[in-house]
Amino acid sequence: MDEKLPPPSKEEHEQRLETDRVSRRTFLMNVGIALNALAALAIATPVVAYLLGPLLRRKEYRQWIEIGSVDDFPPGETKLITFTNPFSDPWDGESAKVPAYVRSTSLGEFKVFAINCAHLGCPVRWFAESQLFMCPCHGGVYYADGSRASGPPERGLFTYESKVEGGKLLIKAGQLPTLRNRAGAGPCPSLTAPPNEPKLVARIEQCRPPCRPSDRGTSAPTIG
Amino acid sequence: MSPTMSPKRPWYQRAYDWLERRIQIEGPIKDAALHPVPRSTASWWYVFGSASLTLLILQVVTGVLLGLVYQPTAAHAWESLQMLNHELPLGWFLRAMHGWGSNFMVAVVLIHMAQVFLFGAYKFPRELTWIVGVFMLLMTLGMAFTGQVLRWDQDSYWGLGIGASIMGRVPWIGGELVHLLLGGPIINGATLTRFFALHVFIIPGTLLAFTALHVWMVLKLGVNEWPMPGRIVRRETYIAEYNELTHKDGIPFVPGAVWKDLFFSAAILFAVAVCAAMFGPFGPKGVPDPTIINTVPKPDFFFLWIYTVLSYLPPEMETPFILIVPVVAVVVLVALPLVAGIGEKSLWRRPVAVVSVMFLAVCFGVWTHLGTYTPWSPEMSAWSGQSVPVNLLRNRTPLERQGANVFQGKQCRNCHAVGGRGGQRGPALDEVATRLTEDQLYRQVLLGGGNMPAYGSALSPAETTALVQFLKTLHPPHLTPSADASRRVVEQVGVPPNSTVERGGEQSPAR
Repeated sequence: MDEKLPPPSKEEHEQRLETDRVSRRTFLMNVGIALNALAALAIATPVVAYLLGPLLRRKEYRQWIEIGSVDDFPPGETKLITFTNPFSDPWDGESAKVPAYVRSTSLGEFKVFAINCAHLGCPVRWFAESQLFMCPCHGGVYYADGSRASGPPERGLFTYESKVEGGKLLIKAGQLPTLRNRAGAGPCPSLTAPPNEPKLVARIEQCRPPCRPSDRGTSAPTIG
Repeated sequence: MSPTMSPKRPWYQRAYDWLERRIQIEGPIKDAALHPVPRSTASWWYVFGSASLTLLILQVVTGVLLGLVYQPTAAHAWESLQMLNHELPLGWFLRAMHGWGSNFMVAVVLIHMAQVFLFGAYKFPRELTWIVGVFMLLMTLGMAFTGQVLRWDQDSYWGLGIGASIMGRVPWIGGELVHLLLGGPIINGATLTRFFALHVFIIPGTLLAFTALHVWMVLKLGVNEWPMPGRIVRRETYIAEYNELTHKDGIPFVPGAVWKDLFFSAAILFAVAVCAAMFGPFGPKGVPDPTIINTVPKPDFFFLWIYTVLSYLPPEMETPFILIVPVVAVVVLVALPLVAGIGEKSLWRRPVAVVSVMFLAVCFGVWTHLGTYTPWSPEMSAWSGQSVPVNLLRNRTPLERQGANVFQGKQCRNCHAVGGRGGQRGPALDEVATRLTEDQLYRQVLLGGGNMPAYGSALSPAETTALVQFLKTLHPPHLTPSADASRRVVEQVGVPPNSTVERGGEQSPAR
């Protein structure tokens, strides 16, 4: 500490500050700051784009994938199936696999339910004896047709869009279903959004009361 | 300090002098260590902040050590934790220290916060210290959640699903937020690396910076004095009063107060080590294979209360509640010192503050307790795993026994307990016959209602009859089953018992 330079006197200090304020050096310093700001902006732009990557490549992730032959799903049965996420990397390991339920209502008619409870995404279990899906997390229960039976979910199970081609059952998979990102186009084909609708609108729940068979377990259409 | 470099001084003192002349940090450290604190604050109540810091350091050290081995890929994370647990010598102990250190840290941080609140330490001029602390609490909880994700077991996988489902409820941009959170449209490897970066770089880096700021402000503004009823905080006079308190009646922080901090920190570290050695590491539980759906996902201890709240909210309130309440809570915490920055500090003069803390503590305790046994969830294996109590089957008709079969086989037991065993989602049915008549039982079974699914489509008429006959037998011996009074009237051909009305008379014609 004793080797420090003596501090400038007060007048000297003031004088220096004053000359600094107007000097060429101050100007150059400001230019330097501006240059760095420019560089920061130039770097930040690709960084932001990089961070938003998961959103920017969103067009490609949903794909039709085959989940089995039509004959695998006899009418009246609900089966647990597993498929591999269409876009997966080697390091995804087991997490590339996705389970789902296939229900065949009548010959050639299929409904593919996401495993995820519409409440908070836990895996629902199928009980063939009582024809119910039950969720282990918060007690959501659904009827065999996927409609809400009881508990905290505010809607029925999410369904994948499905079609039959050449004797194979295909579903449009690739997205974790949540209230905003539904698994498929919806449980009610008549209300399916046309494909040219804006993304945001197309993803919003189209199923309003007409296709929700029941809010409580009491209304008739779900019985018998 | 002595700057002399005389060769007579021992070598280590000369080495110290050589370093100090170049670093020049002795002065600031001495200032910090010897700053006077009010005599009354050298108290055991003031040890939680320093203990939080100790635990943070423990977490950083154990975290770095785990980072030497952990594989942040979805394909190998779970296996690398298994290797830590079972193959690397004492790997299990480090995992246990990190896990228990995390629990202790959340607990101590919450106690620290409650103490600071109850002692009015957030008031002028320490408002910003509190606000920074609020964000440190959020980061601590963020660390706890992201750490749970890195365990990459079934709980972690489905916990992410819960996180995504909550995000997915945000209006308009919910879908995009889910993709940002998961690093893609689905939970997979990209999700894990994302949470790894959060848990290892982003949150701890910010937390350490905030901690430095927090401690800096504590040193600069001084430790809060012991609150006394009637000693009012005023912006104009507080600083002078505090300076007088510290300089007239203060003691230096080292060693006057620090010894208690040191004792408590050591005790906490021992407690973490003992818990780690006795109870071992947390998980990892089942393999993170999403196709294994026979799992009952559960969050870690400090998030159980949220789990409970989410199950008790009515469906229509859920989204607004999830999205609005956390924001309101953070705003309230941040605004607290700005709104209530002056006035009484003593909890004897702040009944609302005391009641608020007690209320929150009771809520936390009750919700956490409920979260440990989840009475709202069906017990998935009750129907196949638990027997019907023998006394319910004794002296029953074949039809009633067949009803007991239906009761088990149709998973009624998953939600309804009998004999004290079974799910608690619905009411226990040991005395159901005293509550519902035969007709009401039929109605309830077939049509459901009151949060019960309708079983009309899952039961044949024969099964329904058998089930209701069985349910009719469920009443204590000293109580008669409830019956519809009108049925008795019908049975007695239309005349109620004790009726004074005579039957059979001709009706008088209408006038």
